[in-house]
Amino acid sequence: MADEREPTVIVDDAHITYRVQQSGSASSPLAGFKRIVTGAKPTILREVHAIKGVSFVAYKGEAIGLIGTNGSGKSTLLRAIAGLLPVEKGAIFASGQPSLLGVNAALMNDLPGERNVVLGCLAMGMSPAEVKPMVKEIIDFSGINERGDFSSLPMRTYSSGMAARLRFAISAAKKHDVLLIDEALATGDAKFRKRSEQRVRDLRAEAGTVFLVSHSEQSIRDTCERSVWLESGLIRADGPTDEVMKEYEAFVKK
Amino acid sequence: MSQTAVADSDTGLPLRELARRHGLGVAGRLPTLPEYTGKLWAYRHFIAYYANAKVTSSLGKTRLGSLWQVLTPLINAAVYYVIFGKILDTSRGIPNFVAYLCTGVFIFGFTQSVVQSGIQAISGNLGLIRALHFPRAALPLALTMVEVRNMFASIIVLMAIVLGFGEPLTLEWLLVVPIFLLQSIFNAGLAMAAARLGSKVADFKQLVPFIMRFWLYGSAVLYPVTKFQSALQDHPIALKIVEANPLLVFIDLMRHALLEEVPLASTPWVLWAEAIGWTLFVGIGGYIYFWRGEKGYGRG
Repeated sequence: MADEREPTVIVDDAHITYRVQQSGSASSPLAGFKRIVTGAKPTILREVHAIKGVSFVAYKGEAIGLIGTNGSGKSTLLRAIAGLLPVEKGAIFASGQPSLLGVNAALMNDLPGERNVVLGCLAMGMSPAEVKPMVKEIIDFSGINERGDFSSLPMRTYSSGMAARLRFAISAAKKHDVLLIDEALATGDAKFRKRSEQRVRDLRAEAGTVFLVSHSEQSIRDTCERSVWLESGLIRADGPTDEVMKEYEAFVKK
Repeated sequence: MSQTAVADSDTGLPLRELARRHGLGVAGRLPTLPEYTGKLWAYRHFIAYYANAKVTSSLGKTRLGSLWQVLTPLINAAVYYVIFGKILDTSRGIPNFVAYLCTGVFIFGFTQSVVQSGIQAISGNLGLIRALHFPRAALPLALTMVEVRNMFASIIVLMAIVLGFGEPLTLEWLLVVPIFLLQSIFNAGLAMAAARLGSKVADFKQLVPFIMRFWLYGSAVLYPVTKFQSALQDHPIALKIVEANPLLVFIDLMRHALLEEVPLASTPWVLWAEAIGWTLFVGIGGYIYFWRGEKGYGRG
């Protein structure tokens, strides 16, 4: 087996269930008291079976697009690979620590962009000496200074696109063994999208594995050669992006 | 159908075996305690920076900015001075009641604010937790650091008040440093325990104000410790429990260090032993309790 490729993420028949605690509808103090007295279940516990047995292997140097309609379990799967959600059954194995990069990754809104960059880099485990030379690079990459000196203004003054770009720039600054990207590329303008797609390609070239969840078919086509199509928590197709996309488009148009 | 599927059937290995052969770890595994401690140590710069950022951002919108770090304890002391020193005039047999009261209020306030922010250390930072991987204990520790910084300013204000009310500056004042250190470690353990409780049961946050108020009255902040001795004369066990209260111990020690004539719950040596015992128990216990829950933070 000379050309055996090195796997970085192995998903082995993974099942993921959300347990949602829900207080009874229109709960009043009296209703709450009644529940306690009658010994009824205090809250309604509902289970949502989001991933129903998914298996695949991802290899070093691959960029894999995850596609599927809303609510098909794409983001759930990413969070499970990142180790943020427990699997109910089966197992997920990963090399190193996969990092989830989402557009809703919250930084500190009252802090200037620059200091958020430092905070984000330190939170990714860099040392202060490593962070120092990277700050300018990250700010330049995010392009937030294109319209004046925004990097010294608090993040709450940023437009949503600018904030998302800065977050992406921070996460993409570190070499990750496995990078999980959730819709991040869809947020910037055309110019930024081009830059970030280039960055994803660079990260891959550094022998990491990249997972990309996106509703933009174009960015999946441009960055991923393999795609996994999830539908209601099951894999409908797994293969070269062109083939999977064709099937997916036919399904969506129905 | 796909290239990968073929490759897997080539090797013919079950996926579990393939993972083992290439040394892949299970995602979301609980690290061992030494591993976790090592990781946390590697994140010490993050903890310091986060604490710093938290102070800046909380005061960033105010006009006076970091002046509030000194103003807050001053105003706090002024409120108690007006009510207890002037209006009620309750010295209750204590020579320097205002200094006595302020010491209690400040030391208690330190632990109180740590618990209050610790309870939300996880639930208030879900965005950060779901986006980035770092040992979660960094969050309650950073929040403790914020309060340690605030307390630092408070202690200086407290010393000024105590001096201003006629206490002499003695060598015993040096004891403030180890007391502050012990209480900080105690508080860090408490913050970690509170963080895990708060992340598991959201209801706990509603209870904290009441627990803290109960603790306040049980710590002899507003009245002399001797009150317990006379009230619980016939219940020696209850008295023991009340006097073992860690906050009462810290407050008593601080009063003993700063003031000349104070009634104490026990001898200073007993108090020191109790303080060290509590610090080790809560500091280490809180840390282990928090670490055990590491896998669960940010889920749901």
